[in-house]
Amino acid sequence: MSKVEMTVNGRAVSGEVEDRTLLVQFLRENLNLTGTHVGCDTSQCGACVVHVDGKAVKSCTMLAAQASGSTVTTIEGLASGGELHPVQAAFKEHHGLQCGFCTPGMIMAATDMIERHGGKLDEKTVRAELEGNICRCTGYHNIVKAILAAAEEMSGAAKVAAE
Amino acid sequence: MYETHYHRAGSVDEAAKLMGEAESGKYVAGGQTLIPTMKQRLAAPDSLIDLRHIADMKGISVSGKDVRIGAGTTHAEVAGSSDLASVCPGICSLAGHIGDPHVRHMGTIGGSISNNDPAADYPAAMLALNATIHTNKREIAAEEFFVGMFETALEEDEIVTAVSFTAPDKCAYSKFPNPASRYAMAGVFVAKGGDGVRVGVTGAGMDGAFRWSEAEAALGSDFSAGALDGLSVDAGDMLEDLHGSAEYRANLVKVMAKRAVAAI
Repeated sequence: MSKVEMTVNGRAVSGEVEDRTLLVQFLRENLNLTGTHVGCDTSQCGACVVHVDGKAVKSCTMLAAQASGSTVTTIEGLASGGELHPVQAAFKEHHGLQCGFCTPGMIMAATDMIERHGGKLDEKTVRAELEGNICRCTGYHNIVKAILAAAEEMSGAAKVAAE
Repeated sequence: MYETHYHRAGSVDEAAKLMGEAESGKYVAGGQTLIPTMKQRLAAPDSLIDLRHIADMKGISVSGKDVRIGAGTTHAEVAGSSDLASVCPGICSLAGHIGDPHVRHMGTIGGSISNNDPAADYPAAMLALNATIHTNKREIAAEEFFVGMFETALEEDEIVTAVSFTAPDKCAYSKFPNPASRYAMAGVFVAKGGDGVRVGVTGAGMDGAFRWSEAEAALGSDFSAGALDGLSVDAGDMLEDLHGSAEYRANLVKVMAKRAVAAI
């Protein structure tokens, strides 16, 4: 057993867990943050993507102990004060989901992608960047549309803020 | 996953000491291969010694054409390094096509070469770039380092700390990813430098990554994709599985080599 301590969605949390506990298990079972999903459990589908120290990672492929000391953001940490994050709002607006199971991972991957590429995202890049996120319902078209719309809105907002 | 004991090392020496104390320890860096392997119970080390927080093992330094990449440097960091891109863009492109963005945020160059998966991308580059693998005990030429499938010259407690190489004049990597797993079914790294041409091949060989010396000789006298037309790779040395026959892979090696040359 190990004591793990981390900041999750701005809150300092800790827990006593078996060393083999995966980060996703710690988030879901210890912290009851069940927005992060376990899809394939074999590092392929991306339903479990969260941000660790600002970078998108697969929380099913990292031990909670490895993440100890880190700052973690999950899907529950994106909205602020009841207002959806622009990526969440764009997925809603453009219907970037059907069953919704992959959506938390898609949105966490999308926010990371937009942050890295800024306003320079195009469709080809978005599709390539979604390599680690699998959706079995949508055929990806509306997901790509939602990410491009969010990227545009966020870069517009950044420009307004700068002016 | 079977129970294990997690230890976080603060230095290379501490990591080696922890390994000495473990019954059946494994070093873990990004963990993008080891953690899934442990989840499948194909590996069950009693101790995991985490190298990810060792500052000395991180970072890229470029001085003229001399490149040194710390073993703990992630694929995303290699892919995104403008210093590296200015002298050796081929390795940045290779790193940017390993796995997916989330895997690239965790996976490291040291982990990739130490595992020596027959489908890993970096071993082809290390061979073609004539890289030196630095460990906590010695320096090993890439050709001596990669011994066979999942097998390296590393001793049980030895830690890869960095890789270094002289940037070639030109280089490129071309791979054919398996349509499902996205692992290379054949990946070819071609480097052209003062000492001639070197060609490293991954994903296809039965014994892991290898140099294709006939292609090196042909490209040495005529550096064009057409120079490879008359050559063939011996299918007897190729992997064969449900994804492709040995003959198919042998042909893929040639096609990828031609594409890499054409991309330079």
